[in-house]
Amino acid sequence: MTLTTLAALVPLLPFLGAAAGLLLGRRAPGFVRPLAVLPTLAAFVLAALVAVRQGTGPATDAGTRLTPTGSVPIDLALHLDGFSVLIAVLVGLVATCVQIYSTGYLRDDPRYPSYAALVSLFTAAMLLVVYSGDLMVLLVGWEVMGICSYFLVGHYWETPQARSASIKAFLVTKLGDVPFLIGIFALAADAGTFRINGILTAAAGGQLHHPTLIALLLLGGVAGKSAQFPLHTWLPDAMAGPTPVSALIHAATMVAAGVYFIARLLPVFALSAAALAVLAAMAAVTMIGSALAALAQDDIKRVLAYSTIGQLGYMTGALAVGDRSAAVFHLLSHGAFKALLFLGAGVLIHAAGTNSLAAMSRMRDLRDRVPDAMWTFTVALAALAALPPFSGFFSKESVLRAAEHAAGGHQPHVPVAVGWTVLIAGLATALLTAAYATRLYLLAFRGSGGQAPEAHRQPVVMNAVLWVLAIPALALGVTVGALPKWFDGTPLTPTLTTSIVGLGLALVGVAVTSAAWRVTAARRAPLAVITDVEPEPGATEAVAIATHERTYGDIAAAPDPADPGRLLLGPLHRHAAHGFHLDAVYSALFVRPVLAAASLVRFLDREVVETYVQGAGATPRLLGAVVRRAQTGNVQTYLSALLAGAVVLAVLVATGA
Amino acid sequence: MTLAVGHPGFMSPSGVEIAFVLVGIATLGAALVTVTTRQLVHAALWLVVALGGLAIEYLLLTAEFIAWVQVLIYVGSVVVLLLFGLMLTRAPIGRSPDADSGNGWVALAVAVAAAATLVWVVVDAFRSTWIDLGGAAQGSTKVTGTVLFRHWVLPFEALSVLLLAALVGAIVLSKQGAPARRAASAKLGALSGLGALSKRKTGES
Amino acid sequence: MHLAYPAVLAVLLFCVGLYGVLARRNAILVLMSVELMLNAVNLNLVAFDVWLRDTLHAGQALTLFTITIAAAEIGIGLAIVLLVYRNRGTSDVDKLTDLADTGTLPDAGSASIAPPTDNPADTAAEQALRAREQTA
Repeated sequence: MTLTTLAALVPLLPFLGAAAGLLLGRRAPGFVRPLAVLPTLAAFVLAALVAVRQGTGPATDAGTRLTPTGSVPIDLALHLDGFSVLIAVLVGLVATCVQIYSTGYLRDDPRYPSYAALVSLFTAAMLLVVYSGDLMVLLVGWEVMGICSYFLVGHYWETPQARSASIKAFLVTKLGDVPFLIGIFALAADAGTFRINGILTAAAGGQLHHPTLIALLLLGGVAGKSAQFPLHTWLPDAMAGPTPVSALIHAATMVAAGVYFIARLLPVFALSAAALAVLAAMAAVTMIGSALAALAQDDIKRVLAYSTIGQLGYMTGALAVGDRSAAVFHLLSHGAFKALLFLGAGVLIHAAGTNSLAAMSRMRDLRDRVPDAMWTFTVALAALAALPPFSGFFSKESVLRAAEHAAGGHQPHVPVAVGWTVLIAGLATALLTAAYATRLYLLAFRGSGGQAPEAHRQPVVMNAVLWVLAIPALALGVTVGALPKWFDGTPLTPTLTTSIVGLGLALVGVAVTSAAWRVTAARRAPLAVITDVEPEPGATEAVAIATHERTYGDIAAAPDPADPGRLLLGPLHRHAAHGFHLDAVYSALFVRPVLAAASLVRFLDREVVETYVQGAGATPRLLGAVVRRAQTGNVQTYLSALLAGAVVLAVLVATGA
Repeated sequence: MTLAVGHPGFMSPSGVEIAFVLVGIATLGAALVTVTTRQLVHAALWLVVALGGLAIEYLLLTAEFIAWVQVLIYVGSVVVLLLFGLMLTRAPIGRSPDADSGNGWVALAVAVAAAATLVWVVVDAFRSTWIDLGGAAQGSTKVTGTVLFRHWVLPFEALSVLLLAALVGAIVLSKQGAPARRAASAKLGALSGLGALSKRKTGES
Repeated sequence: MHLAYPAVLAVLLFCVGLYGVLARRNAILVLMSVELMLNAVNLNLVAFDVWLRDTLHAGQALTLFTITIAAAEIGIGLAIVLLVYRNRGTSDVDKLTDLADTGTLPDAGSASIAPPTDNPADTAAEQALRAREQTA
């Protein structure tokens, strides 16, 4: 098989799996699990094969035009280079892990067939985005991902949190997609093609006349999809979905799509210093704000969600300083360790029967209950905190190195201020990331107090998957020397200065948090702990999410004086827990005016339009009541009227009137 | 077909005309009484007079066969049928105060208007038309028979089929229904006047 | 003879019959009035036949047919009247008003469409959640 055929099969297999799963889901329940896992696994193997065949060679392009589509043609095009094949491998790996994990996690869920099919469809869409060489085809995958995300976040639609979270995720990402679509059209209008290669050629040739406008429009969609400030608010709420969905969509793939998109079109963005500045500011605000928010969250999954936003901020920061190799490198390592973190969190929630860190910190033996999860979770947290041997250290250092490079003015097209912004924000975030990673570890695994509830046996597949994902989280750093050959060739190895500063800051974060934890541990008071352990992990989680607000008074925070984050953040804690009230701002700025307008429309419809409609109905009714009086049922009356009419007609005819 | 030119005018009527007008007045009067009398049986009897008067008019128009058929069928059978109908529906003998419906004035207006219009039209059209009654009788039995069985034999036979159909239809309609239906109609007969119930009854049957 | 005499007589008889049809209450009297109208037509047919000296005597033949049909009609009509009388206990024409529009039918238009509730799924989903929590 040619490389192109192989690559085309990669998105096609999960798509066919999804279609078959949706069709057979009800009729043949025995096929659901193989149909969910096998196509995804095959896609992963094929993606790895494609990566090996493609290797470090020149980019492969193939395209076919099904039908003429007007002035700007749309091609079914593939573009394979180091970036796309490696990301496809990551997507395939995480998707396979998630599918296998879900067979255990949602083993008793009645909606598992549709869930698995949607995950497969989502995987197919993401692979399409990764491999696509045409913006329109990319957009198809992009939007399919959006709708799959909507359905999957709303998987537990019995809970109001899941319902509102899914709608919020959909609306906010769509809000970004509108300028995104316009941006694509503007780009194609300038370049005269939707093919990415053609656009890059046009950008290099200076044919793009409105680079700033296009770049800013595209940034809207990227901010929505990749959860960057100010459109990031959907991601923490999207944690109301099942944990494997969070691992797949909100850690490794969909949120990474925005970063990948900019990486593909970086030359276009590099044309506009303003766009890069906006990107850098966005990344800086996102990084620091989300890291602070992560430090204050009580729900373990929300901590991870804010952490994801922050790590995505690193990637956009790397893109802002014009180094897509570093961005994609961090995307790869982050995808692996964050998926691991989410899947491990799913195991933890099932074992503890709650998603509240405050409740977990009051369980003495949680670490003994879930040894596999504890070890792998610790590895992933170390990677997140960027401690040296782990993959996160190398990828984050590559970002900092790129920022430092730009701050020194060595990167063409990139303003120095942009470099400094990213560098300083990145270093500050390194400190904060280490702090919240440490807090997470201490609260989850160093608890004291009562026993954890008697847990049901963890499904073996869930723990096995954790170890599979632990390998890249642990060891992806060794590839740092080889990766530049796959990418643009920019070196990714850490430089001494940034390494020392970054590592130092991370260690400071770890140390300070540990100290704070020691201080606050003394204040640990009993807390209302509600734990419900269901035999099925997914059900445990759904109930935990649904009852968190009722138990602790808030969806994000818990009244826990022993929380080191509370001590570290001080008065900032209350604001950080609520994501700096951005939701309230949106509510005041957009939601309430829209609701007011809606009630105005409702009033107009009910009172004004309805009156006319009623009037239009009432007039014929009145006329009908008049006419009805003629319908006496007396034949003689009818006949009299008929003959009188005939006489009148006869007279009229006879007189010639 | 002749016009009245050279014939006597309305002011100098012939004997036939005088007879026709007199009999016509009597016929019209009988018809008027028929539609206005309050005694139902009398109405039938006055109808006999009106129909008989018409038979005389046919004779005066030299249509003798029609005249005898008129007497035989109308006076002999139709009126008898009507009388039977009156009796079977237990029409009151003697004056009934409600023989006319409330539609009387409207009916009168329509009838008078129609009469005025038609008389005006007819008089306007045939003021000077003259019927020549001389020569062989136009409607003698021989002539009518010849015409009927030479030129009109197919419609004649078709009419016999129609009569048969009417016969069968009348029998089916007036036949007493199935026992259950008879019981229901007896019950309803007791509730005479509550006509609205009939709908429910047809629903049952 | 002037044609106007039989023609006018026919018109007047017809209108008298018309009055009877419109004004009489008893169905059998209505039938009698119909007979008067038919006879007026017959008179016209005969008069015009004689006037035209038609060789086929279409007028007279038609008169015969009309008389025959009138006989059939009176038979059927009486049968119907008898049936109505048997079912209703009356043969009054103005009491047979079942086809009148009394306006008492169930009024679909006035019952306005119920205002939509905000989200009918809410209750069902809440119940599902509650059930899930109880089993937990």
